[in-house]
Amino acid sequence: MKKYLLKRFIMSIITLWTIITVTFFLMHSIPGDPFKKEGKMPPAVYENLLKKYGLDKPLHEQYVIYLKNLLRGDFGDSMKSRVETVNDMIRRGFPVSAYLGLEALLIALVFGPTLGALAALYQNKVPDYISMIIAIIGISVPSFIMGTILIQFVAKNVSWLPIGGWGEFKHTLLPALAMSLMPLAYMARLMRSSMLEVLNQDYIKTAKSKGISKAAVILKHAVRNAILPIVSVLGTLISNLLVGSFVIEKIFGIPGLGSFFVKSINNRDYTLIMGTTIFYAIILITMLFLVDIAYMFIDPRIKLTKEGR
Amino acid sequence: MNSEANVIKELTPDLFEPALREDKNAEKIRRPSIKYWPDVWRRLKQNKLAMTGLTIIILMIAMSIIGPLISGYSYFEQNYDLINVHPNKTNWFGTDELGRDLFTRVWYGARYSLIIGVLAAAIDFIIGVIYGGISGMSSRQVDSIMMRIAEVVYSIPYLLVVILLSVVFSKEGAGTSMFVLILAMTLTDWVPMAILVRGQVLQLKEAEYSLAAESLGASNGWILRKHIIPNTMGPILVNITLTIPRAIFAEATLGFLGLGFQAPKSSLGSLANDGLAGLAVGNAYQIIIPAIFISLIMFAFNVLGDGLRDALDPRLRK
Amino acid sequence: MEKLLEVKNLSVSFKTFFGEVEAVRNISFHVGKSETVAIVGESGCGKSVTANSIIQLLPMPPAFFKNGEIIFNGENLLDKTEKEMQRIRGNEISMIFQDPMTSLNPTMKIGKQIVEGLVTHQKLSYSDAKDKAIEMLNLVAVPQPEKRINQYPHEFSGGMRQRVMIALAMVSTPKLLIADEPTTALDVTVQAQILELMKEIQKKLNMSIILITHDLGVVADMSDRVIVMYAGQILEEGTTDEIFKNPRHPYTQKLLASVPRLNMSRNEPLHSIEGTPPDLYIPPKGCSFYDRCDCAMKVCKDHMPDFDAHSSSHKSRCWLNHPLAKIASGRDK
Repeated sequence: MKKYLLKRFIMSIITLWTIITVTFFLMHSIPGDPFKKEGKMPPAVYENLLKKYGLDKPLHEQYVIYLKNLLRGDFGDSMKSRVETVNDMIRRGFPVSAYLGLEALLIALVFGPTLGALAALYQNKVPDYISMIIAIIGISVPSFIMGTILIQFVAKNVSWLPIGGWGEFKHTLLPALAMSLMPLAYMARLMRSSMLEVLNQDYIKTAKSKGISKAAVILKHAVRNAILPIVSVLGTLISNLLVGSFVIEKIFGIPGLGSFFVKSINNRDYTLIMGTTIFYAIILITMLFLVDIAYMFIDPRIKLTKEGR
Repeated sequence: MNSEANVIKELTPDLFEPALREDKNAEKIRRPSIKYWPDVWRRLKQNKLAMTGLTIIILMIAMSIIGPLISGYSYFEQNYDLINVHPNKTNWFGTDELGRDLFTRVWYGARYSLIIGVLAAAIDFIIGVIYGGISGMSSRQVDSIMMRIAEVVYSIPYLLVVILLSVVFSKEGAGTSMFVLILAMTLTDWVPMAILVRGQVLQLKEAEYSLAAESLGASNGWILRKHIIPNTMGPILVNITLTIPRAIFAEATLGFLGLGFQAPKSSLGSLANDGLAGLAVGNAYQIIIPAIFISLIMFAFNVLGDGLRDALDPRLRK
Repeated sequence: MEKLLEVKNLSVSFKTFFGEVEAVRNISFHVGKSETVAIVGESGCGKSVTANSIIQLLPMPPAFFKNGEIIFNGENLLDKTEKEMQRIRGNEISMIFQDPMTSLNPTMKIGKQIVEGLVTHQKLSYSDAKDKAIEMLNLVAVPQPEKRINQYPHEFSGGMRQRVMIALAMVSTPKLLIADEPTTALDVTVQAQILELMKEIQKKLNMSIILITHDLGVVADMSDRVIVMYAGQILEEGTTDEIFKNPRHPYTQKLLASVPRLNMSRNEPLHSIEGTPPDLYIPPKGCSFYDRCDCAMKVCKDHMPDFDAHSSSHKSRCWLNHPLAKIASGRDK
């Protein structure tokens, strides 16, 4: 098991390093000069700017410096903001995004598998249709449209729900809902099919033959096994959720990392784009890693096979 | 004790003559046999949701071709007398803030969204089948290395790559070209297809019928073409059907973030982005109409893909 | 002998896309106290459906009971509600399934799986339940039971898993055990061990067994009486001795002839029964074995014969038993 964990860890580091390298060279391959279009500026100022961002050095030196800074947790200076570094912005934006993301994840995790399990248990009956409708809406309506709809038809009619902004719990409700719908639908679908498959397994019949109650068969035997595939895609779902926050934060005017990212794209703030991209990658890869470990503890079969090799 | 045995009035000795061979039908299979693909199609046809999806897709394709032609407007034509006109008899979906006809622009946008979705899926398919096929047919070490690479590529968050690439390769003020959009979308998205194909290849490589073919001296290429690919078509088809909406969704998101096509060109996503501004000033139709069509496309492909998966699964045969 | 279970005129059908499939057609039999009855037949002959009907684990729908009664301990099980059946399952009637690799829950510890039913039925405390699980594993000769109860199914071999399944089924000392092909999925060497184990435990706990199998070797080893099923019907029934030494129905004869024997000479061909059983989607009007029977007569095509008794325990359903047939069959052979 330790061996597997180590291998998995090394893979994560390689992935991260790949992303950092690709991002770095991509950002530096953009034709043109990041400062050229800021109008005419005295050559001395221009030289200073280049020096400040280390752009006067050869590319490979810049790369090594950037990597070293990253190892110290330094994402560098923003090219557009004179007052805040990239780190400052992450520190300001990430808690907001994380709060929102966790709330959305919680909604999705509570309702998604529940809906899916109900749908499987009542296959081709009313609960199945209800959860199918929700799942279809969830996969068909992109979060930015869902957000807009929620603002237009819910927030504008419910006086205590704000149409945007940040600060109190009520501000988080609609954006979290809009964000959660797609992963919720995805989990519901996955849970439904996985549950249907599990319900056909022999061990469910064994459980029934013991004469335990229907609820015990479902909860202890069916759900416990059906939930495994969901845990295994959790990493990807969290990843989608985080990226989904870009648009949601834009629509609801939430000062999270996503809106910084979007702003940095529109501003062509290259250091900020690079910094946030890499920060996102770190978060996501950590999540994937953690989910993998969690999965090992949930599925007893994995420990042994991985240990054996 | 047996009541159901047929009561016969008279048992005559001639009834106890040996039966004629022609009377017997030991080998006859009474249940009608059903061929695979016609049966898949039959089951798909029974799935109302999937058929709705298919109908929507066909209609959308048709309209995205003829829609811009029948409206009487072009997608770029600006008319300052008709700014922000709500849907009416002449401008069926209304006009935008520059007086451009939304009906034309929506279908024009749908055309690009569909093209991007289909092209992205096609490229994913080609790369995925080649990569997955090679990986599955290769020796253990090569396979292992190829799969590790695929894993690394796939753990790179999809939308992040798409966004990054469109930032890098789009010239400022010129929007993102379709080539870059598709490149960005396929850069990481071929991996699920490759993993799927490899899994199928490995599974089928060991299957009895390919063993049988191998023992008869068939080459790897032959086995791949004649046995493996026809048998993996089902899951691949499902995957393609589900890749298309994913690409369309990614493109719409990009468009919404202002990274899509440059105006006056449009995609459904960029139309929704333009419409967001209209929402604040009471022109909700400008975002709702493109939103409905994005959702419809996503809906149609997703339910068709689901329906296909169900129809292809022989275990679900009723 | 006192009857523990009596099945009367049971018919079970499945609703399918093509129409109704009559899987079990009007069968009647009984199982005495501490008796082992084997139900034999080819796959698809309705033996598993019969077994699952008794414990009521058929998926409903598509399955449904058309008519009949299943009298267990004087009560008709088909009249019971699901709640009442739960009290009987795993308590008075237990079941062992064919494939030990898939019939244990992969994410639950063995010990817990064994006593789960008992805990529900008898409200045991945790430590009592644990002791009981260890005791049961001891009984089925699983080594190191104290350690094994905390392991998961994938840490057991196939034979060991079937032992666990037996422990699981026996833990509540049921009156009736239904064993659906308990040794089919196991190695031949393990098969004998499992059968031996089942016999031993049956003696200790004094229970009845319904043994579902297509393996006549298992039948000879284990059972007191044999029921031969074909196409959802019973064709012959008798003590094991009667069936093996004096099979009356052509199907039973062919079934016995198809078992390879060690003392067969190399040149002697292996016998098989040509053709396939009829599809029960359109059940044949006459004798269901007609199409494959060498002794078939004209009468067999459209008329199903009644049972004829050959002894107090032996009976079969064949027109060859009819007085008029003696002449005809003599000429045939």
